[in-house]
Amino acid sequence: MSWYDKLNDGLSKSRERLAGQLNSLVGRGVDLDDTFWESLEDTLIMADLGLEPSEEIVSRLKREVAAKAFTSVEQVKEHLVSAIADEFETVGDPFKLNPVTVLAVGVNGTGKTTSVGKLAKQAVDEGKTVVLGSADTFRAAATEQLDIWAQRADVPIIKRDRGADAASVAYETVEHAEELGANLTLIDTAGRLHTSLDLMRELEKVQRVTRDRSKTPTFTVLVMDATTGQNGLIQAREFNKALALDAVILTKLDGTAKGGIALAISKELDIPIVRIGVGEDIDDLRPFEPHEFARALIGS
Amino acid sequence: MFDNLGSRLQTVFSGLTSKGRLSEEDIDNAMREIRRALLEADVNLQVVKTFTARVREKALGADVLSSLTPGQMVIKIVMDELTQLLGGTLSRLTLSNRMPNVIMLVGLQGSGKTTAAAKLAYLMRKKGKRPIMIAADVYRPAAIDQLEALGRELQIPVYRGESDDPVTIARDGVRYAVDNMLDLVIIDTAGRLHIDDKMMDEVARIKQATQPDQILMVIDAMTGQDAVTVADAFAQRLDFDGLIMSKLDGDARGGAALSIREITGKPIKFASMGEKPDALEEFYPDRMAKRILGMGDVVSLIEKASEIGEDSEYSDDDAERLMQGKFTFDDFLKSIKQMRKMGGLGAVAKLLPGGEAMKQVSGQMDEAQIDRVEAIIFSMTERERINPKILNGSRRARIAKGAGVEVVDVNRLIKQFDQASKMMKQMQKQMDPGGGKGSSKRGKRGKGKQRPPQKKPRFGLPGTNFPGFN
Repeated sequence: MSWYDKLNDGLSKSRERLAGQLNSLVGRGVDLDDTFWESLEDTLIMADLGLEPSEEIVSRLKREVAAKAFTSVEQVKEHLVSAIADEFETVGDPFKLNPVTVLAVGVNGTGKTTSVGKLAKQAVDEGKTVVLGSADTFRAAATEQLDIWAQRADVPIIKRDRGADAASVAYETVEHAEELGANLTLIDTAGRLHTSLDLMRELEKVQRVTRDRSKTPTFTVLVMDATTGQNGLIQAREFNKALALDAVILTKLDGTAKGGIALAISKELDIPIVRIGVGEDIDDLRPFEPHEFARALIGS
Repeated sequence: MFDNLGSRLQTVFSGLTSKGRLSEEDIDNAMREIRRALLEADVNLQVVKTFTARVREKALGADVLSSLTPGQMVIKIVMDELTQLLGGTLSRLTLSNRMPNVIMLVGLQGSGKTTAAAKLAYLMRKKGKRPIMIAADVYRPAAIDQLEALGRELQIPVYRGESDDPVTIARDGVRYAVDNMLDLVIIDTAGRLHIDDKMMDEVARIKQATQPDQILMVIDAMTGQDAVTVADAFAQRLDFDGLIMSKLDGDARGGAALSIREITGKPIKFASMGEKPDALEEFYPDRMAKRILGMGDVVSLIEKASEIGEDSEYSDDDAERLMQGKFTFDDFLKSIKQMRKMGGLGAVAKLLPGGEAMKQVSGQMDEAQIDRVEAIIFSMTERERINPKILNGSRRARIAKGAGVEVVDVNRLIKQFDQASKMMKQMQKQMDPGGGKGSSKRGKRGKGKQRPPQKKPRFGLPGTNFPGFN
């Protein structure tokens, strides 16, 4: 099953509902009633797009349907797809750069360590030299977890004992990467709630030390769980305020969650979604395609 | 900045309360705002619809519109319905007489099962149980190491077994508990997707093999609209008994919790409020509803205060002296310590009415600032602390140097101290000379111990009218 099928599969429920609605739209021509628009809005809300973005998209589609006198359901769907896709920021994938240093940050349990591990393996398969740094010195066995990924990818990993200074791990990682002439330096950080001032400050320090030491461009990527609801936008804002985020990785899209919050984040912070996680396999961490994402979201 | 559900509803209701009479239109406006607020809090759309319909119907009742304070009545209706939605009353963890009791934790990847297992074991040990944790997550790299490390820290045994089959590990682990006279088994299972048939089948087999007293689903408080779909799937396959809400110490409004309770009927039993092992708390729906509405959780605060009441920083002599309005920098220090015992400023603020809003106002609620205040007082001599009047320019300069701050910081603190002690004197004047005010509330909720009548004044809630932050 391809990732697109998987994504589509997971989204089938809302797709069927929306497809049904769109089909009845054609039957009724342009004379669409409030019930239709309301159920369209409901579908978008259920996808975690958020109330305001959903309302905006619906009113935009309303205008377009009225102005362009659509004749087929396909046209309406395409407009809805591009209405959603166009909102995404698409420029600025740090993984296209070489050499580059990337810090993975986010709240607890979003899949930072797993994402870093998969990215390392993918880069090695592309023939790149990779160095991993385990700057999550807080969570029990976080380093062991990344260590297993380092073995799988056969790359060096810089680690310290639990409780060690995270920034110094980052420093050492960059130093080691420089010695090796690494193409990609990946630093995993401890998950933390954006409301924890002390921990956010610690993260600022990790970033500062990494940036100061690194001669390669340093990017900070927020790893976000696709099941996250509206709090995701608040998280992203807070992390952005502290760290000036460069991109987002959206994980766990293989369930039934639609990850709609990613749209609001990308739009408001002007940062791209650069990878999506659609399964457990290493190759299931994929580049993000806004049109395909939007298409899968509404089931076109 | 965002508004939380509480402040949203408060805005709506301040509009309502200012009116003598409410029209149907007023109610509809309020319902629209409530809908918006609930959706932003990630309450499931279907739940929002039934909720607003129910509230609207009750709010339009004849006795509401004609009442003298219709706004207040609507607030009460929303409050009651929200509490109802969260499960009405406290749902305790019920365990059978069997030995050992088995609790199984399940959930999606990254929801916080392993951490919750350790916190739950810690909590149950406090209640007199001898727990063991079983590491049945053979999939995520180092998941077993993680549980073992947590077990080591808390000195709670962990069973990891020889097998790579979770069903076998769980079964053997329960047998191990029996052999070692451990009376509570907590099984930490791997995170799994509700649509992964193979994995869902596996967890059903663990259930079959271990016959848990309780299956608890761990759900991330930040989950969005999908929470209901996930919980529903787990409920159908496992018929779990209740929920543990994780990561509720952030600013997620936990709408998922409301929704799951409403759709699946499964109660929320525990909420995880922080990173520390003792951060797992029993879930009180009524208090949670108040917190969501921004009315604060004063009951929890009082409980916390009475928990530390036994080793209060204030002696009876202190109390006596404070009653006379004599306030020193040492008292300042004590109030800082007291507050730390209650989980720090942030934890206290969260429980207070409007606390969330307070926190957002600025960085004033900053723990680092408290550290600075402490450092300044530590740099004072005994005499200076008791008699701040002697703090002249050179003393202030010395203190600033000692505390590693600027003289202006010292000046600011002294000014705040003066204001606080003025306030204190005024308060004492207003207080009944009999004193002993705050302790009256304690008896009811305390630990059932008879406390001798005491003179210790509480000065409101300890640590809350902490001077120095204005």
